[in-house]
Amino acid sequence: MRKIVLPGDLLSTNPKLAGHGTYVEGDKVYSRIIGIYEQTDNFIRVIPLKGKYNPSVGDTIIGIVREVVSNGWNVDINSPYQAFLPVSETPEAKPGKKLNEIFDIGDAIIAKVMSIDPRMRVTITMKDKICRAIRFGRIVAINPARVPRVIGKKGSMIKLIKSELDVQIVVGQNGLIWLNGDRRKVAIAEEVVYLIEEEAHTEGLTDRVGEFIRRRKNVQTG
Amino acid sequence: MSRPDKFIVDGKRLDGRLPDQLRPIKIEVDVLKRADGSCYIEMGKNKVVAAVYGPREAYPRHIQDPSKLVVRYRYNMAPFSVEERKRPGPDRRSVEISKVSKEAFEAIIMKELFPRSVVDIFVEVLQADAGSRTACINAASVALVDAGIPMKGILTSVAVAKVDGVLVLDPMKEEDNYGEADMPFAFFIRGGKIESIALLQMDGRMTKAEIKDAINLAKKGAMEIYNLQREAIMKQFVEEGEENA
Repeated sequence: MRKIVLPGDLLSTNPKLAGHGTYVEGDKVYSRIIGIYEQTDNFIRVIPLKGKYNPSVGDTIIGIVREVVSNGWNVDINSPYQAFLPVSETPEAKPGKKLNEIFDIGDAIIAKVMSIDPRMRVTITMKDKICRAIRFGRIVAINPARVPRVIGKKGSMIKLIKSELDVQIVVGQNGLIWLNGDRRKVAIAEEVVYLIEEEAHTEGLTDRVGEFIRRRKNVQTG
Repeated sequence: MSRPDKFIVDGKRLDGRLPDQLRPIKIEVDVLKRADGSCYIEMGKNKVVAAVYGPREAYPRHIQDPSKLVVRYRYNMAPFSVEERKRPGPDRRSVEISKVSKEAFEAIIMKELFPRSVVDIFVEVLQADAGSRTACINAASVALVDAGIPMKGILTSVAVAKVDGVLVLDPMKEEDNYGEADMPFAFFIRGGKIESIALLQMDGRMTKAEIKDAINLAKKGAMEIYNLQREAIMKQFVEEGEENA
Protein backbone atom coordinates (compact mmCIF):
# COMPACT_ATOMS: atom_id res chain seq x y z
CA MET A 1 0.00 0.00 0.00
CA ARG A 2 1.36 3.36 -0.91
CA LYS A 3 1.73 5.90 1.84
CA ILE A 4 -0.72 8.78 2.04
CA VAL A 5 0.56 11.93 3.74
CA LEU A 6 -1.22 15.00 5.10
CA PRO A 7 -0.12 18.64 5.24
CA GLY A 8 2.64 19.11 7.79
CA ASP A 9 3.86 15.51 7.78
CA LEU A 10 7.61 15.28 8.14
CA LEU A 11 9.09 13.66 5.03
CA SER A 12 12.84 14.10 5.31
CA THR A 13 15.61 16.00 7.00
CA ASN A 14 17.50 16.57 3.75
CA PRO A 15 16.28 19.82 2.12
CA LYS A 16 18.01 18.96 -1.17
CA LEU A 17 15.41 16.26 -1.85
CA ALA A 18 12.36 18.54 -1.69
CA GLY A 19 10.17 18.20 -4.76
CA HIS A 20 6.58 18.98 -5.75
CA GLY A 21 3.99 19.12 -2.99
CA THR A 22 6.57 19.73 -0.29
CA TYR A 23 8.06 22.70 1.51
CA VAL A 24 11.23 23.27 3.46
CA GLU A 25 11.52 24.99 6.81
CA GLY A 26 14.56 24.82 9.03
CA ASP A 27 16.32 21.99 7.14
CA LYS A 28 13.23 19.82 7.29
CA VAL A 29 11.01 18.77 4.40
CA TYR A 30 7.26 18.71 5.10
CA SER A 31 4.27 17.82 2.94
CA ARG A 32 2.10 20.77 2.00
CA ILE A 33 -0.90 18.85 0.66
CA ILE A 34 -2.79 15.61 1.02
CA GLY A 35 -1.29 13.14 -1.42
CA ILE A 36 0.71 10.03 -2.14
CA TYR A 37 4.29 10.01 -0.94
CA GLU A 38 6.83 9.16 -3.60
CA GLN A 39 10.57 8.85 -3.16
CA THR A 40 13.34 8.40 -5.70
CA ASP A 41 17.10 8.77 -5.27
CA ASN A 42 17.13 12.47 -6.13
CA PHE A 43 13.91 13.82 -4.77
CA ILE A 44 10.82 13.38 -2.65
CA ARG A 45 7.46 14.51 -3.89
CA VAL A 46 3.81 14.31 -2.94
CA ILE A 47 1.37 13.52 -5.73
CA PRO A 48 -1.83 15.41 -4.90
CA LEU A 49 -5.03 13.46 -4.29
CA LYS A 50 -7.29 16.50 -4.18
CA GLY A 51 -7.29 20.11 -5.23
CA LYS A 52 -7.87 22.50 -8.07
CA TYR A 53 -5.94 22.72 -11.30
CA ASN A 54 -3.00 25.10 -11.07
CA PRO A 55 -1.91 26.04 -14.59
CA SER A 56 1.68 25.58 -15.71
CA VAL A 57 3.30 26.45 -19.03
CA GLY A 58 2.99 23.81 -21.75
CA ASP A 59 -0.09 22.06 -20.34
CA THR A 60 -2.74 20.92 -22.77
CA ILE A 61 -6.08 22.10 -21.45
CA ILE A 62 -9.72 22.10 -22.45
CA GLY A 63 -11.48 25.41 -21.88
CA ILE A 64 -14.89 26.99 -22.34
CA VAL A 65 -15.13 30.47 -23.87
CA ARG A 66 -16.76 32.79 -21.33
CA GLU A 67 -16.37 36.21 -22.94
CA VAL A 68 -15.47 37.68 -26.33
CA VAL A 69 -13.43 40.87 -26.04
CA SER A 70 -11.89 43.17 -28.64
CA ASN A 71 -8.53 41.40 -28.90
CA GLY A 72 -9.35 37.83 -27.94
CA TRP A 73 -11.36 35.58 -25.65
CA ASN A 74 -11.59 34.96 -21.92
CA VAL A 75 -11.63 31.23 -21.36
CA ASP A 76 -12.69 29.28 -18.28
CA ILE A 77 -10.04 26.63 -17.71
CA ASN A 78 -11.50 25.03 -14.57
CA SER A 79 -8.90 26.68 -12.33
CA PRO A 80 -8.95 29.63 -9.92
CA TYR A 81 -7.91 31.84 -12.82
CA GLN A 82 -9.49 32.62 -16.18
CA ALA A 83 -7.20 32.33 -19.19
CA PHE A 84 -6.87 34.74 -22.06
CA LEU A 85 -6.62 33.62 -25.69
CA PRO A 86 -5.36 36.48 -27.88
CA VAL A 87 -6.39 36.72 -31.56
CA SER A 88 -2.73 36.57 -32.55
CA GLU A 89 -2.52 33.05 -31.12
CA THR A 90 -5.47 31.77 -33.15
CA PRO A 91 -4.61 30.43 -36.63
CA GLU A 92 -8.27 30.57 -37.68
CA ALA A 93 -8.38 34.35 -37.29
CA LYS A 94 -8.36 36.27 -40.57
CA PRO A 95 -8.75 39.98 -41.26
CA GLY A 96 -12.41 40.86 -41.66
CA LYS A 97 -13.62 37.84 -39.72
CA LYS A 98 -15.44 38.75 -36.54
CA LEU A 99 -14.15 37.23 -33.32
CA ASN A 100 -17.50 35.75 -32.31
CA GLU A 101 -17.65 33.97 -35.66
CA ILE A 102 -14.51 32.08 -34.72
CA PHE A 103 -15.35 31.23 -31.12
CA ASP A 104 -18.50 32.32 -29.35
CA ILE A 105 -19.49 32.18 -25.70
CA GLY A 106 -19.92 28.57 -24.61
CA ASP A 107 -17.63 27.06 -27.25
CA ALA A 108 -15.17 24.48 -26.02
CA ILE A 109 -11.56 24.53 -27.20
CA ILE A 110 -8.43 22.47 -26.79
CA ALA A 111 -5.52 24.83 -26.17
CA LYS A 112 -2.06 25.00 -24.62
CA VAL A 113 -0.84 27.21 -21.81
CA MET A 114 1.60 29.69 -23.35
CA SER A 115 2.63 31.90 -20.45
CA ILE A 116 1.77 32.75 -16.87
CA ASP A 117 2.87 36.02 -15.31
CA PRO A 118 3.69 36.40 -11.60
CA ARG A 119 0.21 37.72 -10.95
CA MET A 120 -1.19 34.48 -12.39
CA ARG A 121 -2.55 35.98 -15.57
CA VAL A 122 -2.69 32.98 -17.87
CA THR A 123 -2.31 33.28 -21.64
CA ILE A 124 -3.15 30.30 -23.84
CA THR A 125 -2.42 29.52 -27.50
CA MET A 126 -4.06 27.54 -30.29
CA LYS A 127 -0.84 27.29 -32.33
CA ASP A 128 -0.23 23.59 -31.89
CA LYS A 129 -1.40 20.63 -33.91
CA ILE A 130 -3.41 19.20 -31.00
CA CYS A 131 -5.31 22.48 -30.52
CA ARG A 132 -8.75 22.85 -32.06
CA ALA A 133 -12.31 23.89 -31.42
CA ILE A 134 -14.53 21.11 -30.08
CA ARG A 135 -17.76 20.90 -32.06
CA PHE A 136 -18.70 17.25 -31.48
CA GLY A 137 -17.96 14.41 -29.08
CA ARG A 138 -18.30 14.47 -25.33
CA ILE A 139 -16.50 16.30 -22.52
CA VAL A 140 -16.10 14.56 -19.18
CA ALA A 141 -15.03 16.45 -16.07
CA ILE A 142 -12.97 14.81 -13.33
CA ASN A 143 -10.93 15.93 -10.35
CA PRO A 144 -7.77 17.54 -11.87
CA ALA A 145 -5.58 15.80 -9.29
CA ARG A 146 -6.51 12.45 -10.84
CA VAL A 147 -5.46 13.38 -14.39
CA PRO A 148 -2.01 11.75 -14.19
CA ARG A 149 -3.69 8.38 -13.52
CA VAL A 150 -5.97 8.78 -16.56
CA ILE A 151 -2.88 9.36 -18.67
CA GLY A 152 -0.93 6.58 -16.99
CA LYS A 153 2.82 6.02 -16.97
CA LYS A 154 4.06 7.42 -20.28
CA GLY A 155 0.50 7.46 -21.61
CA SER A 156 -0.09 3.75 -20.96
CA MET A 157 -3.66 4.21 -19.74
CA ILE A 158 -4.68 6.38 -22.72
CA LYS A 159 -3.09 3.90 -25.10
CA LEU A 160 -5.08 1.12 -23.49
CA ILE A 161 -8.38 2.98 -23.83
CA LYS A 162 -7.60 3.99 -27.41
CA SER A 163 -6.62 0.51 -28.52
CA GLU A 164 -9.43 -1.31 -26.72
CA LEU A 165 -12.22 1.07 -27.66
CA ASP A 166 -11.01 2.85 -30.79
CA VAL A 167 -12.11 6.29 -29.58
CA GLN A 168 -10.39 9.65 -29.87
CA ILE A 169 -9.40 10.97 -26.45
CA VAL A 170 -7.71 14.21 -25.42
CA VAL A 171 -6.97 14.65 -21.72
CA GLY A 172 -6.76 18.23 -20.53
CA GLN A 173 -4.46 18.76 -17.55
CA ASN A 174 -7.29 20.78 -16.01
CA GLY A 175 -9.50 17.73 -15.54
CA LEU A 176 -11.65 18.04 -18.66
CA ILE A 177 -11.43 15.12 -21.05
CA TRP A 178 -12.70 15.08 -24.63
CA LEU A 179 -13.97 11.79 -26.05
CA ASN A 180 -15.07 11.22 -29.63
CA GLY A 181 -16.04 8.18 -31.70
CA ASP A 182 -18.75 5.56 -31.78
CA ARG A 183 -21.48 6.55 -29.30
CA ARG A 184 -21.57 3.27 -27.41
CA LYS A 185 -17.80 3.10 -27.16
CA VAL A 186 -17.64 6.67 -25.93
CA ALA A 187 -20.15 5.70 -23.24
CA ILE A 188 -17.83 2.92 -22.09
CA ALA A 189 -14.84 5.26 -22.22
CA GLU A 190 -16.72 7.71 -20.00
CA GLU A 191 -17.40 4.99 -17.44
CA VAL A 192 -13.73 4.04 -17.58
CA VAL A 193 -12.65 7.61 -16.89
CA TYR A 194 -14.94 7.80 -13.86
CA LEU A 195 -13.62 4.44 -12.67
CA ILE A 196 -10.06 5.71 -12.86
CA GLU A 197 -11.01 8.89 -11.02
CA GLU A 198 -12.69 6.89 -8.26
CA GLU A 199 -9.77 4.50 -7.76
CA ALA A 200 -6.87 6.77 -8.65
CA HIS A 201 -4.93 6.04 -5.46
CA THR A 202 -5.00 2.25 -5.79
CA GLU A 203 -2.41 0.01 -7.37
CA GLY A 204 -2.72 -2.30 -10.36
CA LEU A 205 -5.25 0.04 -11.92
CA THR A 206 -4.26 -0.49 -15.56
CA ASP A 207 -4.97 -4.22 -15.37
CA ARG A 208 -8.34 -3.67 -13.73
CA VAL A 209 -9.30 -1.05 -16.31
CA GLY A 210 -8.39 -3.42 -19.15
CA GLU A 211 -10.57 -6.11 -17.64
CA PHE A 212 -13.41 -3.64 -17.06
CA ILE A 213 -13.38 -2.52 -20.71
CA ARG A 214 -13.47 -6.09 -22.01
CA ARG A 215 -16.33 -6.96 -19.68
CA ARG A 216 -18.36 -3.91 -20.75
CA LYS A 217 -17.73 -4.64 -24.42
CA ASN A 218 -19.00 -8.19 -24.02
CA VAL A 219 -22.17 -6.94 -22.36
CA GLN A 220 -22.88 -4.67 -25.31
CA THR A 221 -22.11 -7.17 -28.07
CA GLY A 222 -23.39 -10.31 -26.39
CA MET B 1 -30.75 24.97 33.11
CA SER B 2 -29.63 26.22 36.50
CA ARG B 3 -26.30 26.38 38.21
CA PRO B 4 -25.25 23.00 39.63
CA ASP B 5 -24.12 23.02 43.28
CA LYS B 6 -20.97 21.07 42.60
CA PHE B 7 -19.19 20.50 39.31
CA ILE B 8 -16.96 17.72 40.45
CA VAL B 9 -18.12 14.83 42.60
CA ASP B 10 -15.69 12.05 43.57
CA GLY B 11 -13.20 13.31 40.99
CA LYS B 12 -15.74 12.97 38.21
CA ARG B 13 -17.54 15.67 36.27
CA LEU B 14 -21.29 16.13 35.79
CA ASP B 15 -21.30 13.90 32.71
CA GLY B 16 -19.05 11.30 34.32
CA ARG B 17 -15.82 12.36 32.64
CA LEU B 18 -12.48 12.78 34.35
CA PRO B 19 -11.06 16.32 34.34
CA ASP B 20 -8.62 15.49 31.51
CA GLN B 21 -11.08 13.55 29.37
CA LEU B 22 -12.57 14.69 26.06
CA ARG B 23 -16.17 14.28 25.00
CA PRO B 24 -16.79 11.58 22.41
CA ILE B 25 -15.82 12.77 18.92
CA LYS B 26 -17.10 11.65 15.56
CA ILE B 27 -15.63 13.01 12.32
CA GLU B 28 -16.86 12.39 8.79
CA VAL B 29 -15.07 13.70 5.71
CA ASP B 30 -16.43 14.67 2.29
CA VAL B 31 -20.08 14.89 3.28
CA LEU B 32 -21.08 17.61 0.78
CA LYS B 33 -20.92 16.93 -2.94
CA ARG B 34 -20.87 20.51 -4.19
CA ALA B 35 -18.11 21.73 -1.89
CA ASP B 36 -14.42 21.29 -2.75
CA GLY B 37 -13.84 19.98 0.74
CA SER B 38 -16.22 19.27 3.60
CA CYS B 39 -16.43 17.76 7.05
CA TYR B 40 -19.05 16.91 9.66
CA ILE B 41 -17.99 16.73 13.27
CA GLU B 42 -19.63 15.86 16.54
CA MET B 43 -17.81 16.88 19.70
CA GLY B 44 -20.08 15.77 22.49
CA LYS B 45 -23.41 17.45 21.78
CA ASN B 46 -21.89 19.93 19.31
CA LYS B 47 -22.81 19.21 15.72
CA VAL B 48 -21.02 21.19 13.06
CA VAL B 49 -20.73 21.08 9.27
CA ALA B 50 -17.81 22.76 7.50
CA ALA B 51 -17.55 23.44 3.76
CA VAL B 52 -14.53 24.78 1.88
CA TYR B 53 -14.71 26.32 -1.58
CA GLY B 54 -11.70 27.36 -3.60
CA PRO B 55 -9.18 28.57 -4.30
CA ARG B 56 -11.36 30.48 -6.74
CA GLU B 57 -11.31 33.90 -8.31
CA ALA B 58 -12.05 36.57 -5.71
CA TYR B 59 -15.17 38.63 -6.24
CA PRO B 60 -15.99 41.43 -5.59
CA ARG B 61 -12.79 42.54 -7.24
CA HIS B 62 -11.75 44.95 -4.46
CA ILE B 63 -11.13 42.13 -2.00
CA GLN B 64 -8.50 40.60 -4.32
CA ASP B 65 -4.90 40.75 -3.22
CA PRO B 66 -2.48 40.73 -6.18
CA SER B 67 0.22 39.02 -4.12
CA LYS B 68 -1.65 36.39 -2.12
CA LEU B 69 -4.77 34.42 -1.41
CA VAL B 70 -7.59 35.88 0.68
CA VAL B 71 -9.20 33.69 3.35
CA ARG B 72 -12.86 34.14 4.23
CA TYR B 73 -14.28 32.37 7.26
CA ARG B 74 -17.93 32.39 8.21
CA TYR B 75 -19.06 31.00 11.54
CA ASN B 76 -22.81 30.78 11.74
CA MET B 77 -25.20 29.31 14.27
CA ALA B 78 -28.47 27.83 13.12
CA PRO B 79 -31.53 29.37 14.81
CA PHE B 80 -32.34 25.96 16.30
CA SER B 81 -28.82 25.27 17.56
CA VAL B 82 -29.44 26.57 21.11
CA GLU B 83 -32.15 26.26 23.74
CA GLU B 84 -33.67 29.67 23.08
CA ARG B 85 -34.10 30.47 19.37
CA LYS B 86 -31.09 32.35 18.08
CA ARG B 87 -31.94 35.28 15.84
CA PRO B 88 -30.53 34.32 12.46
CA GLY B 89 -27.68 36.23 10.86
CA PRO B 90 -24.31 37.51 12.01
CA ASP B 91 -24.08 39.08 15.45
CA ARG B 92 -21.27 40.46 17.57
CA ARG B 93 -20.25 37.04 18.82
CA SER B 94 -20.19 35.21 15.49
CA VAL B 95 -18.36 38.05 13.74
CA GLU B 96 -15.68 37.89 16.43
CA ILE B 97 -15.34 34.11 16.22
CA SER B 98 -15.12 34.31 12.44
CA LYS B 99 -12.35 36.87 12.68
CA VAL B 100 -10.15 35.05 15.18
CA SER B 101 -10.64 31.71 13.43
CA LYS B 102 -9.81 33.24 10.07
CA GLU B 103 -6.59 34.65 11.48
CA ALA B 104 -5.67 31.24 12.89
CA PHE B 105 -6.08 29.64 9.46
CA GLU B 106 -4.25 32.45 7.67
CA ALA B 107 -1.17 31.41 9.62
CA ILE B 108 -1.08 27.91 8.13
CA ILE B 109 -2.53 28.27 4.61
CA MET B 110 0.16 28.90 1.98
CA LYS B 111 -1.41 32.08 0.72
CA GLU B 112 1.36 33.17 -1.65
CA LEU B 113 0.65 30.25 -4.01
CA PHE B 114 -2.69 31.60 -5.18
CA PRO B 115 -2.54 35.36 -5.78
CA ARG B 116 -5.82 37.14 -6.62
CA SER B 117 -7.95 34.26 -5.40
CA VAL B 118 -10.02 33.44 -2.34
CA VAL B 119 -10.74 30.44 -0.15
CA ASP B 120 -14.17 30.39 1.46
CA ILE B 121 -14.63 28.45 4.67
CA PHE B 122 -18.20 28.10 5.91
CA VAL B 123 -18.99 26.50 9.22
CA GLU B 124 -22.56 25.98 10.34
CA VAL B 125 -23.36 25.08 13.92
CA LEU B 126 -26.37 22.79 13.90
CA GLN B 127 -26.32 22.11 17.63
CA ALA B 128 -24.26 23.98 20.18
CA ASP B 129 -23.09 22.77 23.57
CA ALA B 130 -20.08 24.86 24.61
CA GLY B 131 -16.85 24.94 22.66
CA SER B 132 -18.57 25.23 19.31
CA ARG B 133 -15.77 27.39 17.98
CA THR B 134 -13.25 24.66 18.72
CA ALA B 135 -15.45 22.09 16.95
CA CYS B 136 -15.72 24.49 14.01
CA ILE B 137 -11.96 24.92 13.74
CA ASN B 138 -11.41 21.17 13.88
CA ALA B 139 -14.02 20.63 11.16
CA ALA B 140 -12.72 23.46 8.97
CA SER B 141 -9.20 22.13 9.28
CA VAL B 142 -10.23 18.69 8.03
CA ALA B 143 -12.33 20.25 5.25
CA LEU B 144 -9.31 22.30 4.10
CA VAL B 145 -7.18 19.17 3.86
CA ASP B 146 -10.02 17.48 1.98
CA ALA B 147 -10.12 20.39 -0.48
CA GLY B 148 -6.42 19.81 -1.24
CA ILE B 149 -5.37 23.28 -0.15
CA PRO B 150 -1.62 23.66 0.48
CA MET B 151 -0.97 24.19 4.18
CA LYS B 152 1.98 24.14 6.51
CA GLY B 153 0.19 21.77 8.86
CA ILE B 154 -3.12 21.12 10.54
CA LEU B 155 -5.02 23.11 13.15
CA THR B 156 -6.53 21.33 16.12
CA SER B 157 -8.59 23.12 18.67
CA VAL B 158 -9.77 22.39 22.20
CA ALA B 159 -10.88 24.41 25.23
CA VAL B 160 -9.98 24.26 28.90
CA ALA B 161 -12.24 25.57 31.64
CA LYS B 162 -11.92 26.08 35.35
CA VAL B 163 -14.72 24.85 37.62
CA ASP B 164 -14.64 24.53 41.40
CA GLY B 165 -10.98 25.57 41.16
CA VAL B 166 -10.12 22.57 38.98
CA LEU B 167 -8.99 22.72 35.35
CA VAL B 168 -11.16 20.61 33.06
CA LEU B 169 -10.61 19.72 29.43
CA ASP B 170 -13.24 20.31 26.74
CA PRO B 171 -16.01 21.82 28.94
CA MET B 172 -19.66 21.08 28.28
CA LYS B 173 -22.45 23.60 28.62
CA GLU B 174 -22.83 23.72 32.41
CA GLU B 175 -19.10 24.09 32.98
CA ASP B 176 -18.85 26.78 30.31
CA ASN B 177 -21.82 28.84 31.51
CA TYR B 178 -21.19 28.70 35.26
CA GLY B 179 -17.47 28.00 35.41
CA GLU B 180 -14.84 30.41 36.67
CA ALA B 181 -12.85 30.60 33.42
CA ASP B 182 -12.89 29.34 29.85
CA MET B 183 -9.94 29.24 27.50
CA PRO B 184 -10.18 27.99 23.91
CA PHE B 185 -6.97 27.08 22.09
CA ALA B 186 -6.06 26.21 18.52
CA PHE B 187 -2.71 24.53 17.93
CA PHE B 188 -0.69 24.36 14.74
CA ILE B 189 0.41 20.72 14.45
CA ARG B 190 3.22 19.69 12.16
CA GLY B 191 5.21 16.50 11.94
CA GLY B 192 3.07 14.97 14.69
CA LYS B 193 4.10 17.69 17.15
CA ILE B 194 2.53 20.89 18.39
CA GLU B 195 4.50 23.72 16.81
CA SER B 196 2.69 26.82 18.02
CA ILE B 197 -0.55 28.31 19.29
CA ALA B 198 -2.67 29.78 16.49
CA LEU B 199 -5.61 30.92 18.58
CA LEU B 200 -6.03 31.70 22.24
CA GLN B 201 -8.96 33.40 23.90
CA MET B 202 -10.07 33.60 27.49
CA ASP B 203 -12.81 34.80 29.72
CA GLY B 204 -12.83 34.62 33.51
CA ARG B 205 -9.83 34.48 35.81
CA MET B 206 -6.86 32.17 36.09
CA THR B 207 -3.53 32.43 37.85
CA LYS B 208 -0.26 32.29 35.96
CA ALA B 209 0.39 28.75 37.15
CA GLU B 210 -3.10 27.67 36.13
CA ILE B 211 -2.59 29.02 32.62
CA LYS B 212 0.56 26.96 32.27
CA ASP B 213 -1.29 23.87 33.42
CA ALA B 214 -4.18 24.72 31.10
CA ILE B 215 -1.83 24.86 28.11
CA ASN B 216 -0.40 21.44 28.94
CA LEU B 217 -3.86 19.99 29.44
CA ALA B 218 -5.05 21.47 26.12
CA LYS B 219 -1.99 20.13 24.31
CA LYS B 220 -2.73 16.65 25.52
CA GLY B 221 -6.35 16.90 24.39
CA ALA B 222 -5.35 18.43 21.05
CA MET B 223 -3.07 15.50 20.22
CA GLU B 224 -5.96 13.10 20.81
CA ILE B 225 -8.19 15.13 18.50
CA TYR B 226 -5.40 15.40 15.93
CA ASN B 227 -5.17 11.62 15.74
CA LEU B 228 -8.93 11.41 15.20
CA GLN B 229 -8.74 14.04 12.45
CA ARG B 230 -5.98 12.08 10.72
CA GLU B 231 -7.87 8.84 11.06
CA ALA B 232 -11.02 10.39 9.53
CA ILE B 233 -9.13 11.75 6.53
CA MET B 234 -7.26 8.50 5.92
CA LYS B 235 -10.39 6.41 6.28
CA GLN B 236 -11.88 7.43 2.94
CA PHE B 237 -8.87 6.00 1.12
CA VAL B 238 -8.55 2.78 3.07
CA GLU B 239 -12.22 1.91 2.62
CA GLU B 240 -12.14 2.42 -1.12
CA GLY B 241 -8.97 0.40 -1.39
CA GLU B 242 -10.39 -2.55 0.52
CA GLU B 243 -13.45 -2.75 -1.71
CA ASN B 244 -11.21 -3.49 -4.66
CA ALA B 245 -8.86 -5.87 -2.94
